[in-house]
Amino acid sequence: MMAAGIFVFSAAALLQFFISYCRSLIAASAKQVLSPEVKDVTGIQRVASGEDFKRVMQLLQLCPECPEDRNSVQAIGTYFSLLNFVRFTVARLVPSARTWTESERGMCAYFAAVALERRISFSRDMLAQQMDG
Amino acid sequence: MPGPFEYILWFLCTPFEVAALVCAFKRKALRRYFFLNLYVAASLVASLGRFQILHHYGLNSSAYVYFYYYSDALLTICLYFALTSLYSYVFHELKAERYVSLVAFSLLVGTAIFSYSVVQQSSGKFATHFVVELSQNLYFVGLVLTYLLWASILKMRETRTRVIQLVLSLGVYFSLFAATYALRNLYPPMSSLLQALPPLIACFLPMAWAYAFWHLPEEARLVPARLAVVPR
Repeated sequence: MMAAGIFVFSAAALLQFFISYCRSLIAASAKQVLSPEVKDVTGIQRVASGEDFKRVMQLLQLCPECPEDRNSVQAIGTYFSLLNFVRFTVARLVPSARTWTESERGMCAYFAAVALERRISFSRDMLAQQMDG
Repeated sequence: MPGPFEYILWFLCTPFEVAALVCAFKRKALRRYFFLNLYVAASLVASLGRFQILHHYGLNSSAYVYFYYYSDALLTICLYFALTSLYSYVFHELKAERYVSLVAFSLLVGTAIFSYSVVQQSSGKFATHFVVELSQNLYFVGLVLTYLLWASILKMRETRTRVIQLVLSLGVYFSLFAATYALRNLYPPMSSLLQALPPLIACFLPMAWAYAFWHLPEEARLVPARLAVVPR
């Protein structure tokens, strides 16, 4: 009985912490301005939409990973799946939830574009170091 | 001999621990977040020890299981102090560090006494049972304390992005562990299946901290109320 109680509390806390953590990652990246070339590549000019996410993630996978952002990209990918689940279940019944999930999905896509920008600059730095060496 | 899965398990986590320490060093956050980095360093040492035992005895050997749980208990205590240090950052302006330390220490002693009373009845391997019980209980106490810290951050409108991310990642970590242990107690037959989870979950914290140290400057700010699941 006690283990069941702990499990329910932990699962509820996990969901809450995970959503807040993902939103903190998104909020920190939302302040960064994308470079013109990343805007061209991703097609995101000012505001990203949820539909951009898959494409930006595919581009992201083409770039070499930097170890410190792997976790955050995976976390946002999971958060995006969670949002899709809400979009196809709760949001069909609650219109305000639909607007909220759409806006969150767009911010996930913007986060992925910022991560892409970082990976491109990381690859460039690595290449420059190899050329110097 | 351990198979590729066991080695992947080990290799997954250790580079992230190194990355977290390097990121903290490069961003001059080693001293500022001393207890957090101390935990990562201790975790790295434990990882090296675990690898030695894994290499010699294998994942299912009693030597690995003993070493894993004993080192895990020590690491949990270390992480508990890291959490206490985050409390000190958040309550710094209230000059409540002494009270925080006192309460944290009392809670640690209380958890140890509770764990002792639970395992007192067990017939053999008392120390091992105590270590496992203490570790499990500390994960739950850590989760409750992190939850209270997050509530305090929202209430006190703490805006330091790095501190917020460190606290939230700790919350995710503690809740994952607490849920896994609770699930193991609920369904003992699944225990062997769930045994592989803790080393995987352990990778999350150094990865999240490496990200926070590397990408977020100390002066970065955000409004914590916007992060809450229920809008405030």
